[in-house]
Amino acid sequence: MILVLFVVAFVTFCLMHLVPGGPWDRDKQLPQTVIDNLNRKYGLNQPFFVQFKNYIFNAVRGDLGVSYIYQDRSVTSIIMGGFPVSATLGLVAFLIAILVGVPLGIAAAIKQNSFVDYFAVIFATIFASMPNFVLGILLMIIFSVTLHWFPTSGWGSIRQIIMPAFALAALPAAYMARISRASMLDVTRQDYIRTARAKGLTERVVLVRHILRNAMIPVITIAGPELAGLVTGSFIVESLFSVPGIGRLFVQSVSQRDYGLIMGTVLFYAFAIAIINLVVDILYGMIDPRIRYD
Amino acid sequence: MTDTQQPNPSEMAEVTQARPHRTLLNDAWIRLRRNRLAVAGAIIILIFALGAIFAPLITKYNFAKQDLDSIFLQPSGVHWLGTDELGRDVFARMLYGARTSLAVGIFTQLIVLLIGLPIGAFAGSKGGRVDNLLMRFVDIMYGFPDILLIILLSAVLRGTVFGNMGGGIFVIFLAIGLVAWVNVSRLVRGQILSLKQRDFVTAARAMGGKGTYITMRHLLPNSLGPIIVSITFGVPRAIFTEAALSYIGIGVKPPTPSWGAMIHDGYNVMFTAPHLVIVPAVAIALIMLAFTFLGDGLRDALDPRSRR
Repeated sequence: MILVLFVVAFVTFCLMHLVPGGPWDRDKQLPQTVIDNLNRKYGLNQPFFVQFKNYIFNAVRGDLGVSYIYQDRSVTSIIMGGFPVSATLGLVAFLIAILVGVPLGIAAAIKQNSFVDYFAVIFATIFASMPNFVLGILLMIIFSVTLHWFPTSGWGSIRQIIMPAFALAALPAAYMARISRASMLDVTRQDYIRTARAKGLTERVVLVRHILRNAMIPVITIAGPELAGLVTGSFIVESLFSVPGIGRLFVQSVSQRDYGLIMGTVLFYAFAIAIINLVVDILYGMIDPRIRYD
Repeated sequence: MTDTQQPNPSEMAEVTQARPHRTLLNDAWIRLRRNRLAVAGAIIILIFALGAIFAPLITKYNFAKQDLDSIFLQPSGVHWLGTDELGRDVFARMLYGARTSLAVGIFTQLIVLLIGLPIGAFAGSKGGRVDNLLMRFVDIMYGFPDILLIILLSAVLRGTVFGNMGGGIFVIFLAIGLVAWVNVSRLVRGQILSLKQRDFVTAARAMGGKGTYITMRHLLPNSLGPIIVSITFGVPRAIFTEAALSYIGIGVKPPTPSWGAMIHDGYNVMFTAPHLVIVPAVAIALIMLAFTFLGDGLRDALDPRSRR
């Protein structure tokens, strides 16, 4: 994992230095002496590898350097300001996805080939192929422009969370509905379910204790990476709804060529995703004893 | 994925006596045509494609022609989908935007195939160090959201010689292609690894087939199905990515029309002229849905295990 982080850092660092134009490009050209001084101040006049070495040593201590645009703030503090926002939005979206997707999938499987089933399948197909920012735009048109229920953008109140959260949740919800339906159908056909029925258990007990418990394992398996993806922020949805999370931060830093911030966000992503995946892996082992890590 | 029910080419000769000769693709085509959703998807794609190709014949308007005397017109007989904030005909922009979207869909997948197929095939059939290297690389790539790498790459590529080719569209091709090939590569590798274990490959090897011959003649043709499906699903993803990049302002450069850029432009005037946003948004959703239907249909048709 540390090796992966190192490689990621190195590759990003190289890419950053390949990006044409420096952070000091302004509409009005700065005098060369000013640029030289700025470069000296931020250590940009040093050789490539020295810069990289300094960066890594600082990053290990939690110091991701300075932002070239927001000169008064360190990258670490900017990211730490954006992360709670992204995490909140992501968690809300994750909860919506679980609360909508899983029951829908279960209901569809119990009443296979019924109206509920067809509805679930159509729901899953449509939302699985609808890009989240298109969905976001359509939500805005319906609920902000036409109905005036929610504000189009911003952050801070519950009314502002709802639309971006739903836009983000649609795809995972569709995915979870699909997986839980397939998994339920698969488990229902297993021998141990027949055994459970044969020994006279009520349908309720079979469903809750035997089918559901086993059918949820694949759902949990995909829930982990989904959670990691949602919590670390969405580039497009955050930009669309002007949510001040890391996703939007990254998009801004790329268009403003804020090297420090770009590097910081990328590394933060690699780090956060690695950590979340690690936690998820450990949780699997607790949930499903069949999984063993050597 | 070919299954045991599916005779491989060398067994085909025996089977012809039992039923009329059908090749895999032939067979898949028949099943695909029976799938109504897939046909609907194909028709939608065809309509968009025809619109994109014959754009100059369908509309007399130029997509970049501004007419500041007639801005924000509602849809009418003159301007079928109205005009935007610079008085440009929205219908014309939609048609030419379809060119951008479909070009992105097709060319990124070409790049994906050109890079992913050889590397995946090589790693799968040779194994060893190349394979290890590829898989480590794939692990790292999977650690990130695709869009992060694509944004990063397109920022880098914008300053190179590709930056201004075709209004920035080549940057999009490359950025998406250079990230997405990993999927196909992994798929091909997996296919080849599992096919290598099969009896017909052992037979081919026993008859004296050499490595490259077996890869080209047996392993690759038999992995064709999943590759086609993966490419079909890759097209809408690329279209979406282009729209998203253009939406956040690092996609194709104006005045090249793009549905994503149209949403970006329309976003600020959403309350006064919502149709400027609705039209491209619906088009993106529609074409993605169409490709998904087609992809689902192709998967069912090419995977004989799902034969009913």
